[in-house]
Amino acid sequence: MRALLTFLAVACLLPGGACTSSIDPRPDSLRQSFDERVIEHGAQLAAIGDCYGCHTTRHGAPFAGGVGMHSPFGTIYSSNITPDRQAGIGAWTEEAFRRALREGVRRDGAHLYPAFPYDRFALVSDEDAHALYAYLMTRTPARAAPPRNELVFPFNVRAGLALWKALYLRAPPAQKQTDAVLARGEYLVEGLGHCGSCHSPRNALFAEERERAYQGGDLEGWHAYAIESHIKAPIPWDADALAFYLRNGWHPLHGAARGTMGLVTAELRAAPEADVRAMAAYTVALMGAAAQRRSANATRLEQEPLRQPRDAPGFGRDTYRSACLQCHDGAEAMPFGGVQLTRSLGLHGESPRNLINVILHGLGPAQGATSPMMPGYAGALDDAQVVELVTWLRANLTDEAPWPDFRRVVEESRRMDPGTLSFPPGGAGTDPLFAKAP
Amino acid sequence: MAAFEVNGKAVRVEADADTPLLYVLRDELQLNAAKFGCGLGQCGACTVLVNGEAVLSCITPVAMLEGKRVTTLEGLGTAQAPGKLQQAFIDEQAAQCGYCIPGMMMRAAALLAKTPQPTDAQIREAMQVNLCRCGTHMRILRAVKRAAKA
Repeated sequence: MRALLTFLAVACLLPGGACTSSIDPRPDSLRQSFDERVIEHGAQLAAIGDCYGCHTTRHGAPFAGGVGMHSPFGTIYSSNITPDRQAGIGAWTEEAFRRALREGVRRDGAHLYPAFPYDRFALVSDEDAHALYAYLMTRTPARAAPPRNELVFPFNVRAGLALWKALYLRAPPAQKQTDAVLARGEYLVEGLGHCGSCHSPRNALFAEERERAYQGGDLEGWHAYAIESHIKAPIPWDADALAFYLRNGWHPLHGAARGTMGLVTAELRAAPEADVRAMAAYTVALMGAAAQRRSANATRLEQEPLRQPRDAPGFGRDTYRSACLQCHDGAEAMPFGGVQLTRSLGLHGESPRNLINVILHGLGPAQGATSPMMPGYAGALDDAQVVELVTWLRANLTDEAPWPDFRRVVEESRRMDPGTLSFPPGGAGTDPLFAKAP
Repeated sequence: MAAFEVNGKAVRVEADADTPLLYVLRDELQLNAAKFGCGLGQCGACTVLVNGEAVLSCITPVAMLEGKRVTTLEGLGTAQAPGKLQQAFIDEQAAQCGYCIPGMMMRAAALLAKTPQPTDAQIREAMQVNLCRCGTHMRILRAVKRAAKA
């Protein structure tokens, strides 16, 4: 208790600490108008930032918040960012919005939890912040108030976040890339796109471990794979393939995006192609030379229709042959056929979590888009059978070492809401603003 | 070869372990309600229950079923004494060609076992896996609703 009081006292004494100032509400009578091109630009930026994904529940109004984000300290619900004056940000001036985005401070001066990645959004330029503000302030207001956060003490005391910020919030680093495309990619990936927020491991206080940036992280029942030199993709990514994947959510040499990444790719369909290509080019540069080394099998994997399993008859082989190969035999190209499993990062990656999620719950069809789909096996397979199948797939279709004991992952996956595997791409994808965009 | 339970009776089937359950049901056990539609787990005509969960029998090898409980449409009732779901489908005249209907009823049975009073949204979400090409969807939805009330 004493340590805690010290913690709070220190937090309050920090420069710009626990007691940040409130910014006056925008006058109710003041109607704002924005240039239509600025709003459209803001919509594209919102798609890159995936605002919709974290601020919209499955059946809720767009941007009305209420999405639960789970942490070791409890659940945080995303805010309503529609222009409703009571429930949303309708009373926020542009200055208040910019401060929230880049410094994580609410209009009334309270600190925001870093589930909102303001450590990344600190990079967003004034011009882009203006366009995002224009876009959000012209959405349909929703009165919905998100549920109250369910956090354990002392993390439910917002003042403590001042200390967190003092420890982890840094001035954004200067851009390293000089090439125009890579520099654009760097700006978007490191900043608004906040790729590292999921793809980096987090420390005990839920801050990104910057020295292990992009080495992979776990969140919301999914694993975000390493996307730097530790990436395990058996066929190396190139910028073209990654740009295609980011815009479509699948690629025939790599597989399909679902879960949290499915939300990202559903949004990126509405982002400018040049920006997605720049993000892909920068990310492939992050993967570096090591990841570009082809695995011994890569060329063979690309050309051969299918690698035959080495194993003798048994549960794994029987299941692979009669269940998996029905679609994953390479006879039909993605998205109508399944990815050949010898190419899938799901089998080769550092964590079996996503593979297990997909085996149990399948891939729901994406609404309004051509997408892979797969039936789930939660009904037919018990936990021990899932462990046996996954162990067999890893041993027989990859050259990677076996995953450490993952029975607990199977149990967790079985309890997850399968709806998250078929989240309909909404937001930008269904925003009338994009109906007229080229 | 595998040993499991079908509609309350223990069975031991001779088929190879990688044989889909659907083939065993129809060819070895003469239970013909489950239908072969796409054979790829994409249409739902072959839906049966395994331990109470809806499962696509065309892509479920019998190797997965050792010691489990399978329920087919024959397990819900007979023509003379239809079960409550079957009666609801008859009352709503929910079939046109009827090919998808056994799968629809089994999918609905799994839903109602877990959620006895589903909302319209829950029915739609659960049933969206199963396709009907005749277009009797509205009647199917009503039949599920009726069975929930019965």
